[in-house]
Amino acid sequence: MRFAISLLTIIAIASVIGTVLQQNQPYPNYAIEFGDFWFQPFQWLGLFDVYHAGWFLGILAFLVLSTSLCIYRQLPGVMRDVRQYREQASLKSLRAMAHHVELPAAQPTELLAQSAQWLQAQGYRFKQVERQDGTMLAAKKGSLQRLGYLLAHAAIVIICIGGLMDGNLPLKLQEIFGQKAPELRNVPQSQIPPHSRLGEANLSFRGVLDLPEGAAGDVVFLNAGRGYFVQELPFTLRLKQFHIEHYSTGQPKLFASDIEVTDKASGKVTSATVKVNHPLIVNGIAIYQSSFGDGGSQLEFAAWDWFGKQAAPQTLNAVSQNSQAIEWNGKPLTLEFGDFRAFNIENLAEAAEVPGMAKMMQDARQVKADKKVKNVGPSIQFKVRDAQGQAREYLNYLAPFEQDGRYYLMSGVRSEVAAPFAFVRLPLDSNFTLDTFMRLRATLFDPTAWPQIARRTADKAQSEGAISAPYRPEFEQSLNWVLQRFSEGGFVALERFLDDKVPQDKRQAVAQTYIKLLQGAVIDAMAVAQTRAGLPEIALDEAHYRFLMDSLVAVSASFDYGSDFYLQPRSFKEVKSSGFQLTRSPGKNLVYLGSLLMVLGIFCMFYIRENRIWIWAGDGRVLLAMSANRRDEQTEREFAVHTDKLADLAGEHKEVQS
Amino acid sequence: MNTTTLNAPKATLAQPFWRGLKLGDHLFALVMLIAAGVAFGRYRSFMDGYEQAILLGCTLGAIALGWFWKPVRLYLPLSGLVALAGIGLYGDDLTRGQSAFWLKYVLASQSLVMWMCVLFVLATGLYWLGLARRSSTAESIASGMTWAAAGAAMSWFFVRWYESYLIGPDVGHVPVSNLYEVFVLFCQITALMYLYYEQRFATRRMGGFVLLIISAAVGFILWYSFERGAHEIQPLIPALQSWWMKIHVPANFVGYGAFALAAMLGVAQLLASRGILASRLPSYDTLGEVMYKAIAVGFLFFTIATILGAMWAADAWGGYWSWDPKETWALIVWLNYAAWLHVRLVKGWRGNVLAWWAVIGLFVTSFAFLGVNMFLSGLHSYGSL
Repeated sequence: MRFAISLLTIIAIASVIGTVLQQNQPYPNYAIEFGDFWFQPFQWLGLFDVYHAGWFLGILAFLVLSTSLCIYRQLPGVMRDVRQYREQASLKSLRAMAHHVELPAAQPTELLAQSAQWLQAQGYRFKQVERQDGTMLAAKKGSLQRLGYLLAHAAIVIICIGGLMDGNLPLKLQEIFGQKAPELRNVPQSQIPPHSRLGEANLSFRGVLDLPEGAAGDVVFLNAGRGYFVQELPFTLRLKQFHIEHYSTGQPKLFASDIEVTDKASGKVTSATVKVNHPLIVNGIAIYQSSFGDGGSQLEFAAWDWFGKQAAPQTLNAVSQNSQAIEWNGKPLTLEFGDFRAFNIENLAEAAEVPGMAKMMQDARQVKADKKVKNVGPSIQFKVRDAQGQAREYLNYLAPFEQDGRYYLMSGVRSEVAAPFAFVRLPLDSNFTLDTFMRLRATLFDPTAWPQIARRTADKAQSEGAISAPYRPEFEQSLNWVLQRFSEGGFVALERFLDDKVPQDKRQAVAQTYIKLLQGAVIDAMAVAQTRAGLPEIALDEAHYRFLMDSLVAVSASFDYGSDFYLQPRSFKEVKSSGFQLTRSPGKNLVYLGSLLMVLGIFCMFYIRENRIWIWAGDGRVLLAMSANRRDEQTEREFAVHTDKLADLAGEHKEVQS
Repeated sequence: MNTTTLNAPKATLAQPFWRGLKLGDHLFALVMLIAAGVAFGRYRSFMDGYEQAILLGCTLGAIALGWFWKPVRLYLPLSGLVALAGIGLYGDDLTRGQSAFWLKYVLASQSLVMWMCVLFVLATGLYWLGLARRSSTAESIASGMTWAAAGAAMSWFFVRWYESYLIGPDVGHVPVSNLYEVFVLFCQITALMYLYYEQRFATRRMGGFVLLIISAAVGFILWYSFERGAHEIQPLIPALQSWWMKIHVPANFVGYGAFALAAMLGVAQLLASRGILASRLPSYDTLGEVMYKAIAVGFLFFTIATILGAMWAADAWGGYWSWDPKETWALIVWLNYAAWLHVRLVKGWRGNVLAWWAVIGLFVTSFAFLGVNMFLSGLHSYGSL
């Protein structure tokens, strides 16, 4: 018993470790988290998959065995107890019981007959025997209480056996004896050798299968430590369509897959929709909806050059979840497209100010959340990898993003996987296109345009009287210089120059001048760009001025963008994918049976009272004794009731006699 | 025999239980059946077969509970009437909750929950006052307040259920879906269980202790609501859209409530064993007995809840047992109380060890209930803080 409790304690502690330490992660993650020193002993103890560690299963097996033994030893005794009435109990032992009473009785036979009737009405079963010393009526009730104990313990054994059937024990054994080994490489499914494949006859498994819409599969993959196994299925599963729905608040409402299952042997086709909480069961294999994603959508981009003089984009076609090699300005690059997402629901609620008491009370009464959520439209995530293997990751949105009445295209960039995206806002013109911005950008990067711009700006300045004729050449030169600097590195380049060349006390003033020059020049740069493209100039109003300022910021940001081009998502044809979990668990029904027995057993143990009553009559006396499995107040009460009744019966007989 | 007639009249021993039923019992059953019939008639088309079975089971369960413990015969219908008044005032317009006087101050779900909180805290104070002053008046008022608070929680349940449908037909769901909602359920169940033992053992002296843990839960509810806005009704994510939720969650909270109650009685017992309040509290053995009874009933329900959880997991996650943190901690809690009951029943242990064990058990249970959601990630990550 003490041994069993200490084993149970070990199981409990191991289980706690298993919940605190994330299980079944790739091994390198653990090595990073704990360092090499701890990684080795932890791995040796199997802490990364505690619940399948040899010692853990060993302890469980031992507990099951000892529980079985316990049941085996107790069973005959309990069955005897359940069957027997103990009618031969000696008067001495009855009188030794805590609950007994003795009364004089004149007519024992009738008294016993009436007592038997009384006890029967109370739900007792009884047996009456003539003994040498008199007549004994032995009764009992609630024998199931004793059985409850056995039921509960048998339930533990049954549940564990069921669990074992569904565990991966047979596979583990095959691994130990070298018949099967997990596949460690990342190779196409058809090339995986037989010793990493499991046949259709495999009793139990639990694996995953990801399918893009329209695709079919007939194997699932089972995770196994550092590698995986391929489990063959007796049917082919085809995903027709995946559905996702959202509530108005943006939370997901429905994940469902329309599937078609074709049996390999009979060719029988089953069509169904599986949803979370609504699996489909075919041939004893349950098919669950477990995840979803992008299954390789067709995308079309406009690829804009950031730094060249070319203002028009090129068209680029791609498929998400796929890589493709391109060459940009003579540099070989790889584009690694990741997730395409058709919906991006963002919480746009602004940080609330500290509310007053009245507001707080009102909020506390309101059960309806007024959340500002918005679908900001489709997005695509991708990496651009150069020949050296260095990569940056981008997140580009298709739909314009509105801010203070102005519209932008958003593009996020990051160079580390875990870092947040830094966003560049590309201003859109009144036609919601990038054309105007790109025209301006190309002009700013074109050295032949700078003198033209400078001339226009100087003309304006002179006519407004801001500069006088003698200063004009110097002014134009400054403009030219500022434009050149800006085209080399944006605001940062100007700042760097200030830091290097201008004394600290004058920097502020000089910087102001540069900014003013640039702000003036950009207006004329735009006009030059329009003229060059054969388009009318844009009237300068506040909206247009803000557009120009946004453009300057965007051009400046392009120097940190880390890529020579911007991929503007233009159109898409979405192909979703659905992740299925397929399981076969023949032990399930056994586990459920065990669970039922467990509940019955616990109920019997706690809520059925096992009482025994003996009524002996002889020698003009009657003896009532009672035993119960629990000594509590209710036992006292019942004994009192029986005593009263017996006294009543004995009294009646006395009266009859007199 | 006079002392025992209060608790168990002789007649119940002598007859099958239905012979002992009075007019009130039959009326109660009739009211419950009519209520269920109306619900079935009006909302049948929204329920699948399982949900209809759950409705039937709940009705029969409520009737059985009322027959077994008589005050329920008033508790359920009265809470139901209060809820119906709230629902009637709402009509089909949720915004009336902010304008109609009775809704705004009493009958809207959030107003009801505030009343519940106030009443529980006042009841706690009065139970302690009664204990300190040996005042049975204070204690009986405290008892009444606890009943009222539990009633407010019951009405809250129905009104909130209705409100969720007013937000949107696809949003509506039974309010046992997140941490905020189950905390109210926890308060209600713990209070009702306490009230049962209060009557069963004819003593109100345990109230101060049990109501302390309920007040702690009330504190959490208030913080969670004012600080985090957790009382807002959220639609169900796909994993929770299942009839299993209707039975798995309440069964679990009978377990949690019972374990919490047992732990607080353990505290009382430990104090009594040191002579603190010993003359005012029920006897040491009575405290132990109530503690045992609570753990026994809690264990039964916790077992059922865990099994239901496993069956739900088999439907939703593809396996009845995945060693998910919540599952694993449920197993630890289960093993803990299984061992507790084992040593008491088989080894005959009594006394302070079991009291300490019950108190520690509450910490284990709390971790399984809250800690797992807060600190560990897994499949069961609903209602994280």
